[in-house]
Amino acid sequence: MGKGVALSTAEPMGATRWLLRGHSALVYAFFYAPIIVLVFYSFNESHLVGRWSGFSLRWYEAFVQNDNIQSSLWVSVKICAASTVISVVLGTLAALSIERFRWWGQKAFDAVLYLPIIIPDVTMAVMMLVFFGETAQLFNVIPGVDLTNGLEKLVLSHVAFNISFVSVVVRARLANLDEAMEEAAADLYASRWQAFRRVTLPQIMPGVLGGALLAVTLSLDDVVVSSFVSAVGATPVSVYVFGMLRKGVSPLINAVSVVILAASMTLVMASLVLERATSSRKR
Amino acid sequence: MGDKGVAVGLSGVVKRFGDVTAVDNLDLDIRDGEFFSLLGPSGCGKTTTLRMIAGLELPTAGSIQIHGEEMGIRPPNKRPVNTVFQSYALFPHMNVARNVGFGLEMRKVDKAERETLVSWAIDLVEMGEMAHRKPAQLSGGQQQRVALARALVNRPEVLLLDEPLGALDLKLRQQMQHELKELQREVGITFVYVTHDQEEAVTMSDRIGVMHDGRLLQVDSPERIYEHPTTRFVADFIGQTNFLEATVASADEVVLANGDRLRLSTDHDGGAAVAVTVRPERLTVHGRGEAPGGTHGLDGVVDSVVYMGNAINYTISVDWMHLEVRCPATLAGDRKYEGDEVTVSFDPDHASVVIG
Repeated sequence: MGKGVALSTAEPMGATRWLLRGHSALVYAFFYAPIIVLVFYSFNESHLVGRWSGFSLRWYEAFVQNDNIQSSLWVSVKICAASTVISVVLGTLAALSIERFRWWGQKAFDAVLYLPIIIPDVTMAVMMLVFFGETAQLFNVIPGVDLTNGLEKLVLSHVAFNISFVSVVVRARLANLDEAMEEAAADLYASRWQAFRRVTLPQIMPGVLGGALLAVTLSLDDVVVSSFVSAVGATPVSVYVFGMLRKGVSPLINAVSVVILAASMTLVMASLVLERATSSRKR
Repeated sequence: MGDKGVAVGLSGVVKRFGDVTAVDNLDLDIRDGEFFSLLGPSGCGKTTTLRMIAGLELPTAGSIQIHGEEMGIRPPNKRPVNTVFQSYALFPHMNVARNVGFGLEMRKVDKAERETLVSWAIDLVEMGEMAHRKPAQLSGGQQQRVALARALVNRPEVLLLDEPLGALDLKLRQQMQHELKELQREVGITFVYVTHDQEEAVTMSDRIGVMHDGRLLQVDSPERIYEHPTTRFVADFIGQTNFLEATVASADEVVLANGDRLRLSTDHDGGAAVAVTVRPERLTVHGRGEAPGGTHGLDGVVDSVVYMGNAINYTISVDWMHLEVRCPATLAGDRKYEGDEVTVSFDPDHASVVIG
């Protein structure tokens, strides 16, 4: 028995070792090979994807010169920024209300809050379409709000699914936070707001940032909900690219994808650097 | 009301959580400047009582006053008390100095004064060299000191401590017991100390309130609690003891189960089933019939002898029960052995009548 335990913790040897290495290599290849291929062919001179005819930046040039792509990228950035900010605030509040307070109907709220994570995108998309179809006029009564403009609808629908993800992440962080910490702040003359601002928020910040990053990714990624909700003049880049596919796969899509890939990687790197900087300052 | 000598006054305080009554009709006056301990097993309501004084829980019924001022539903940040939490609850993202200064900062004490007070408090708990460390870089004992400084720096009217030594190892705990008592004398602030450790309560407190099942059973000095408990629970919870079943005969006489009459004053009604409690060290063992005058003797046979070094423990069976006797080793010249026929005696002054 003791021998078995010792063996299981030791480094695998012989054939097992090579088998495991091969397995890891395959897993990584599975993850990254398509990306490498995508990046590679974005520099292809040919207009045919998959046939290399020489290095060229012509697709990046086409990308820069294509006003439709430029404007749809800009739409995506706006939707992403607005829906992230709104869903981070609301999602954090939802997490706080569930973790720190007891109120009537809480269990039901808790269950409903997670629905957007479980239900299929298509269902969500149809729900949004029907919802906006029925209520757009009602919203328009509010001065300054115009839901016939697709941008607001897109922001609202992205907020609708992002809240769930943000609150899950923030909640996990809150659950690990000693409640006595907030009591101590109150005991030391802090008002509720001061206790939140000075004690709770700094400690759930990694969760809030993680939630925000998730919201950014989900918002940029979304095709299904967005394509149901978007109107003319407000097409996010994901929907636009999907539309281009119908006219055939062009290396332009590769170039667009590489730009988005680079942007999101920069974002992730930045957040990692930021977190390392703040945690080293703590020490 | 408004009695100057009372730091914390609780009257008719009740706390219910759903169907559970955590604190049941508590009346208690904690005197100004005293080291008061609330002692009891876990779940007895002592922590709930402390949290109600702090304002972290609101009583279901009753009134809590601090220096004569009604607390009502006042939130914790508006009460003149500070708390040392069981988990310390130090803010992990702030260093020691920032932690200690937090209360002053919230009360908008100006920076210069704040710095003076913070360094006073940090020096008071001998943490001067650690002022710039984060809580995660401190040992349990050091965190405990910081929590203490963070509360004391505000010069609260009452300091509430919720089992602050619970997480420390035995040696450190004993050292901190001593230091806490010294500190309390030095700052002259009323301490309300919650603990389940009877030894801790006895060594530090001016007075102890023993709680059980949400009720306050006895409030007295450690000596009175130990020597003259009023209930069986208190006698049993604080140290080891013998219970001799008895019945009340009159206001100053009880009858033991073997028919012996004993002059002991009691306020229980005649005929009430009570017990007479005598501590093992208050019993002495003599040869059969040699009990000194003025004491009460019970004949019995030595059941077992355990040599403890500084003392000898005897278990002696008298005809209806066993008695535990603890003799200091210096008196062991007159040592008894298993099977010896003896008389166990005690001074009725060292016995108490308990009920329950």
